Amino acid sequence: MTKGWTAKRIVERCVGVVVLVFVAIGPAALTDYWVSSILTQTFLLGIAAASLIFLSAYGGMISLAQTAIFGIAGFALANLVTTDATGGQNLGWNPWLGVAGAIVIATAIALVFGALASRSLGIYFLMITLALGVIGFYFFLQVDKLSGRAGIPTIRAHAPSIVGDTSAAPERLYYVALVLAFAVYVVIRYVVRTPFGIALQGIRDEPVRMASLGYNVPVHRMLAFGLAGFFASLGGVLYAWWNDLMDPAAIDLNAIVSLLVVAVIGGLGRIEGAWLGAFAFILINNYVRDIEVPVLGGSFPTVIGFIFLAIVLVSPDGLMGLWDRVWSGGRRRGDPPEVAVDVQRSAPEASPS
Amino acid sequence: MTRLLPRLIAFAAIAFALIWVLFAARNTNFGPAIDDPKNFFITLLNGLTFAGLLFIVASGFALIFGLMRVINMAQGVFFLLGGYIAYDMQQKIAEGGGFTLLPADVNAWEWLIPALVATLSIGVFGLGVQQLLLRWNQGQDLRQALITIALSVILADQVIEHFHGGLGRSVTWPGSIEKFVDLHVFGIQYSLARLTVLALSLLVGALLWLWLYRTRTGMVIRAGVDDRQMTSALGINIQRTFAIAFFVGSALAGFGGAVGATQAGAATGADGQWLLNSLVVVIIGGLGSLLGAAVGSLLYGLVFTFAAVYLPSGYTNYAIVFTFALLALVLAFRPQGLVGRPG
Repeated sequence: MTKGWTAKRIVERCVGVVVLVFVAIGPAALTDYWVSSILTQTFLLGIAAASLIFLSAYGGMISLAQTAIFGIAGFALANLVTTDATGGQNLGWNPWLGVAGAIVIATAIALVFGALASRSLGIYFLMITLALGVIGFYFFLQVDKLSGRAGIPTIRAHAPSIVGDTSAAPERLYYVALVLAFAVYVVIRYVVRTPFGIALQGIRDEPVRMASLGYNVPVHRMLAFGLAGFFASLGGVLYAWWNDLMDPAAIDLNAIVSLLVVAVIGGLGRIEGAWLGAFAFILINNYVRDIEVPVLGGSFPTVIGFIFLAIVLVSPDGLMGLWDRVWSGGRRRGDPPEVAVDVQRSAPEASPS
Repeated sequence: MTRLLPRLIAFAAIAFALIWVLFAARNTNFGPAIDDPKNFFITLLNGLTFAGLLFIVASGFALIFGLMRVINMAQGVFFLLGGYIAYDMQQKIAEGGGFTLLPADVNAWEWLIPALVATLSIGVFGLGVQQLLLRWNQGQDLRQALITIALSVILADQVIEHFHGGLGRSVTWPGSIEKFVDLHVFGIQYSLARLTVLALSLLVGALLWLWLYRTRTGMVIRAGVDDRQMTSALGINIQRTFAIAFFVGSALAGFGGAVGATQAGAATGADGQWLLNSLVVVIIGGLGSLLGAAVGSLLYGLVFTFAAVYLPSGYTNYAIVFTFALLALVLAFRPQGLVGRPG
């Protein structure tokens, strides 16, 4: 894993530091709208997208269940901490206890999802996780004791003091989200260098060979899924505070596809792509909303759908893939620290278990 | 032991469900089946007719997947689009007009023609998608799945833009079908329309079976499902077969949409619901075979319908949990589906 300081790496480090410094002093320089609506949302959506990209880049699994896990954390938090909201259980736990409970519940369910899906590969995995994700949406839509269509409001009022009242002091949640996003990034970068992470990448490339070397392939996949679920649940908790309301529309089919769009725009091969994709997606959502699509008509989904289609057709590795390609002189995937979620490879039906 | 355990659990689950529905379901809507056999049989028929509609849509999904390894994520939107096209067509040709036509104003042709128009348009549309977007990405199945997802996003928005704002619209059954018939069992009066759905699904199943197992094209398709490369190496024009299969698979979604829009109405949201339905059916039934789609539809249709009725009062909205449980049970013990072959 040791590599020299190539020009590309130096440029990337510099860009990274500049971006970090910029977002660290951001609230002092930017309008409230940018702080609370655009950047805070970028951080938390990026965390959710990072959980998807982590699985795809290092585990070779494209999961569409991340939105459901994100939602489970948000709904769990809303049920646990609120006291007199119009929906949910209103259990009124201590805010910190509620956060811990939400994360534990969501991660545990992620492990169950992982156990169910981890024996399948490629598009089978995609299909199963999509079914699980949509079931998650219908669960919260239909079970009115835990949410129902109207959802659970007033979550913000029960946030820990460090987050406080986000409408009065938006920069608090901004910094919490920023720190968590950075932590998730660092943890992922660390995990993929541990023996577990390296085994996971081995399984991504050669599942049969890794199985014959004695690695328990489904268990590695399941644990990776659980870890990704943990990241997604952090995003979900942040979302609940940021949005103040948890309703099923936050995790419907549109939201599931949107998270995939974020990850694909950023690039399924590199973790940095998560936040890049989230930023691009939110910018488009905020500033390209009212564009008139010629001939067809339609609104934001049509625009984002065509962008998504173009990226899938032209540059399956997304913006980060485009960046990598610039440095490798136009070749598709050249330079490590690769990556290469193999969008191209077909997969067998189920791995030998 | 590892072979026995899943069977035991599956058997226990089935036995529990049967005993519950037959004898124990005290505080549910209808009570246990021995006390109220009439409503039990009505629920059973509802389950079967729902399974019929599931089969029409999911068999198309399974056909496309089995042959080309393409999961058509746009199948749900195709379903919705088919429903709206049938509605618009029926509004054009049937006398009377109005927001929803009265069954008395609709004759058999005025239902059949809109349904066939929807079937053909969606078939042709699907064929176009396959030729323009999917064909040159063959073999890259994840990429193809992403392409159909992008397509479904665009189409779902376009449906809202161009078809009544995505609001609820119903195609009308002809008057000769929209009535109740006496089944002479426990005095049940049952909807002839629902029985027609069941008959249509059996017809679709029979035609698909004849096509796949009794014609040359069907033989090529089955050979392609088993081994794509070998089939094309034998000099068979597999591209033409792919095109035909995609046409038929999409057309079935369109036909299902027309039937579904008559039975329950079409509205935005049905696309997600029917994508989930197709996915669940093929995951539990097993991919790439007609039998798999039939078994999956039957099981899912019955579990879904019974769970919604035979859960204790106040808990009927937990039916979705049974969809999950069914999926989880099958995935845990037979990841390849009930009648799927291990990869």
